[in-house]
Amino acid sequence: MNFDIQQLRKQFPALHQQVNKKPFVYFDNAATTQKPKIVIDRLNDYYNNENCNIHRGDYHLSRKATEAYENTRKAVQTFINAQHHHEVIFTRGTTEAINLVASSFSKEFINKGDQVLISAMEHHSNIVPWQLACKERGAELKVIPINQKGEIIMDEYYKMLNDKTRIVAVAHVSNSLGTINPVKQIIEAAHEKDIPVLLDGAQAMPHIKVDVTELNCDFYCFSGHKMYGPMGVGVLYGKEEWLEQMPPYQGGGEMISEVTFAKTTFNELPFKFEAGTPNVADVLGLEKAMSFISSLGYKNIQKHEKELLEYTKKKIKNIDKIKLIGTANNKTAVFSFLFEDIHPYDTGVILDNLGIAVRTGHHCTQPLMDYFQIPGTVRASMAVYNTTEEVDKFIEGLKTVRKMFG
Amino acid sequence: MTLKDIETEIISEFEMFDDWTDKYNYLIELGKSLPEIDEKYKQQQYLIKGCQSQVWLHASYEDGKINFTADSDALITKGIVALLLRVLSGRTPDEIINSDLAFIDKIGLKEHLSPTRANGLTNMIKQIKLYAMAFKAKYEKE
Ligand SMILES: Cc1ncc(COP(=O)(O)O)c(C=O)c1O
Repeated sequence: MNFDIQQLRKQFPALHQQVNKKPFVYFDNAATTQKPKIVIDRLNDYYNNENCNIHRGDYHLSRKATEAYENTRKAVQTFINAQHHHEVIFTRGTTEAINLVASSFSKEFINKGDQVLISAMEHHSNIVPWQLACKERGAELKVIPINQKGEIIMDEYYKMLNDKTRIVAVAHVSNSLGTINPVKQIIEAAHEKDIPVLLDGAQAMPHIKVDVTELNCDFYCFSGHKMYGPMGVGVLYGKEEWLEQMPPYQGGGEMISEVTFAKTTFNELPFKFEAGTPNVADVLGLEKAMSFISSLGYKNIQKHEKELLEYTKKKIKNIDKIKLIGTANNKTAVFSFLFEDIHPYDTGVILDNLGIAVRTGHHCTQPLMDYFQIPGTVRASMAVYNTTEEVDKFIEGLKTVRKMFG
Repeated sequence: MTLKDIETEIISEFEMFDDWTDKYNYLIELGKSLPEIDEKYKQQQYLIKGCQSQVWLHASYEDGKINFTADSDALITKGIVALLLRVLSGRTPDEIINSDLAFIDKIGLKEHLSPTRANGLTNMIKQIKLYAMAFKAKYEKE
């Protein structure tokens, strides 16, 4: 390991608390990660010293805040290696980014009889916006099947691409299973038929280096709060050629160039898609989250998380009557599992009493749970600050559950 | 025994536990020993949906009292259901309507009844009270 894990943990105030009189073990990172102090301080600092509205006031503070905000856009551009900074649109999160594309792209490009492809492992955020768009446009939503390990069946996918397909929208990494999808092949196959691809990157950004130019994806969506940043901010990356052609999503201030009651001409990218006062503080916080990740380096993050993954895999196998859901060859440190004879809720309650935070339920992927014919799972999802000692506590916790329920 | 007496009895039972594992082991035992609900009531119309665990509840009225049977797919939920039925089943509609179930808080299980818990229990209590009001309206017209 190339960083000192204890030093790293010190940067996260929330990790150092007692829950039910026990040291807190946070294994619900796929829901949201804890925040390092530099992110928290950045928010404080902004509201203490810099707060004002941007892009409007011609005075010192406003210019400064505008500059910081726009610099973050450039920082995102660099972070994901986009060609242009105006291809970076700030949103509330992944959900809003996908809704923006589903709504706006479909108005221009999706018509009656057309098809939209998603996969069977999508988060509700990458299902429902497309259902709404398809309903509105009279199009059909098609679902790419997955196998029992929780991997997209690529042969089926290739067969589903046809001249009615208008867009493919899939998760880069699955939140319930941890599967890292072969997005490069997915994109290449779609592009052969001139079909654009949207990637839901909510679960990829905290773990994997994303290079949108190399991937050649048409849209990429992610949330700040899942990558050590603040809640309430996210990013839509879109290729200029698509964003230019898409109508605005919301109307309001910022996004206009000229307004009369008869007609409005819209502002250029990226402002066309950023109606109203933006979430400046959280955008600036996101900048710090990216610096935090860069200071560690994705290589080191992956190395550490891979260790956690392998360590947990080995330990969890020895527990009686446990069944892992999502055993893809290529996956992140996410463990979705069930005891054959114990309800996930019961497992969650006992772990909670031990100070271990996991998620139980369907994880906003009900169709996926239906596919596996289960009501839900217990999910332990890890982040860079988690340790093998915490995994040990978690494994001990599972043994306690096993013992208590016979 | 009055409804309050039973609550007091439960509270003193729980006072004997030194730590949370004893408490939860007891709940699990209660869950396991809850009398089976008649299979014909384990249907959609008796289902109280929680986001995660769910509860089936059936009510019948006899001689001024309401009897409940219930079940849950999660054992801890079922244990708490057993406690609730011990207090509320076989009571008059008025007793049920006026109960505040304060014992739940006293035995440290209040968090399980919070609406943010996705276990169906909050809705179960609501449903129990609705049954009581419905039976009262139907059978106890002045
Ligand atoms: C794969 C995936 N997509 C989308 C989302 C939605 O993200 P947000 O709630 O931040 O908009 C999540 C969050 O749970 C997710 O895991």
